[in-house]
Amino acid sequence: MSYYEVIKRTEGLDTDGLFHSISRHEIERALASEVLSQAGFVATLSQEAEKYLELAAAKAREITLKHFGKTIQLYTPIYIANYCDNRCLYCGFKADNAFQRKKLGLDEVKKEAEFISSTGLRSILVLTGDSRSESPVSYIKDCVKILKEYFSSIAIEVYALTEEEYRELISEGVDGLTIYQETYDEKLYETLHPSGPKRDFLFRLDAPERGAMAGMRNVNIGTLLGLASWRREIFLMGLHAKYLQDAYPDVEIGISIPRLRPHAGDFKPGFEVSDRNIVQIITALRLFMPRLGIAVSTREDPILRENIMPLGVTRMSAGSTTCVGGHTRIINDHDRPQFEISDERSVEEIRSLLERRGYQPVLKDWMKI
Amino acid sequence: MEDILKIGDRSIKNRLFIGTGKFSSYSLMKKALEASQAEVVTVALRRVDDTSKTDNILDYIPKGCILMANTSGARNADEAVRIARLAKASGGGNWIKIEVIADNKYLLPDNMETLKATEILVKEGFVVLPYMSPDLSMARRLADAGAAAVMPLGSPIGSNRGVKTRELIEIMVREIKAPVIVDAGIGKPSDACECMEMGCAAVLINTAIAIASDPVNIASSFNMAVKAGRLAYLSGIPFGFMQPSASSPLTGFLREE
Repeated sequence: MSYYEVIKRTEGLDTDGLFHSISRHEIERALASEVLSQAGFVATLSQEAEKYLELAAAKAREITLKHFGKTIQLYTPIYIANYCDNRCLYCGFKADNAFQRKKLGLDEVKKEAEFISSTGLRSILVLTGDSRSESPVSYIKDCVKILKEYFSSIAIEVYALTEEEYRELISEGVDGLTIYQETYDEKLYETLHPSGPKRDFLFRLDAPERGAMAGMRNVNIGTLLGLASWRREIFLMGLHAKYLQDAYPDVEIGISIPRLRPHAGDFKPGFEVSDRNIVQIITALRLFMPRLGIAVSTREDPILRENIMPLGVTRMSAGSTTCVGGHTRIINDHDRPQFEISDERSVEEIRSLLERRGYQPVLKDWMKI
Repeated sequence: MEDILKIGDRSIKNRLFIGTGKFSSYSLMKKALEASQAEVVTVALRRVDDTSKTDNILDYIPKGCILMANTSGARNADEAVRIARLAKASGGGNWIKIEVIADNKYLLPDNMETLKATEILVKEGFVVLPYMSPDLSMARRLADAGAAAVMPLGSPIGSNRGVKTRELIEIMVREIKAPVIVDAGIGKPSDACECMEMGCAAVLINTAIAIASDPVNIASSFNMAVKAGRLAYLSGIPFGFMQPSASSPLTGFLREE
């Protein structure tokens, strides 16, 4: 079984029509129900449900409080390499972008790790570009060996791997996998990924499941908002999360909903996603999956990040940089970020913000056992 | 005679146990723990950062409390055993609350794996308090394996629904010699009081205190509720249905002899 079969089943479905034809009665029934069905999920994502946003937000807040309490987990990304063989139209790291590429030496990884760990963070997300030749699994493993001396939880956001490769990384100390499908629209996916290994829609779609089978503790999926009509994308991402949670109940499933940000190149997002839409997305996901991990990245500006926190957010990045070696400024003028970030606050600043807002910043939530 | 709960070699006066997750800050948690006067506090080892000078949760546990590490995050017996050993090695003492959860949807415990972990850890000298779905046979097995207490859930973790499993817990209280401690699901002081009136040995509360608007005062009110419920239990609660009625429609014929 693959989630692809579920997508195939929705192909003939006029989802856009569906989202515009939901009645108030259906929304009210969904909001009154204890557990949201698939139909209820559609109802809360519908256009008409925008009128019920405050009610949905109140419910989402209560569910989040019960399940996660007044806490937010903090982590930071560490970019170890930006070599890339893909030409994803929306990405700053795409192969056509001419800039001096970088890959951290192991001594530089150590330096970054020392700095990040001095901020108190114990949870880290390791990122590379998609280049098996420049950043092979063996290189990622070498980096993990160093990082595990400093961090109690290590997640990876790298190119799609085989189940066996995920197993290798887990045995080295990796416990989380983040991999975004970007879009669940197969045709659009082909257009956006004209060449490179990432072009294989199915291999990427099944990567989270391979990670879960290999024994990852956390699996995070995501869709890049702005590429397509968001209601259908979020619907399919929600079903993907549900599919994974049903099949792998012992894995913590999480999602991210990054919105496209400016980057090197001229790609303009075709579909606008407003702050109001983001609120609807988070509340609908929370009602549909009460225990779903929801991350909000530094792509979003500080004001939005603060205001959506109580609605369902469980994880936030802090002290972020999307440059290779960006934490310790092992960068030069030629260096490029993958995308611009909107929230440049340090770990310390985010921590005091959370405390002011009545949230406990959770810096450590796992350990190597 | 003083009412004492014996677990392991410790004598406990306060039958309110508290969990330490979900609080908005460690300092507020500390105040709530103090207000509750709890003597037993459980901490998830996954959250303990003993390398941190400012963020070590253990620095916020009031002195004199019995620290009961828990195996939150364990998905099977093997992981629970490893977490328990790590907790002991890092100075967390030998009290361990076993939590084995392989179900991230409802956070319901895996009783089979919990039993396996209990068997191993009791042999290693731990004082083992397993968190479980209420089930008499499993409670017997856990007690036979040497569990110092059994901790059935009142309703799913964080649900604040109260003692939905009352019927099953009542049976456990009647049949199991080890202390029965209701863990999870208690939403308000009256739920805690209900557990104590039923004859439970203690209750463990976390979410209901941590996410209350005023965790300090609600912790204090839980303390009172637990004491009230216990005192009521010890006093013998008169049950309405046991009152004799004026006429005896069922047995009145006996007088005619």
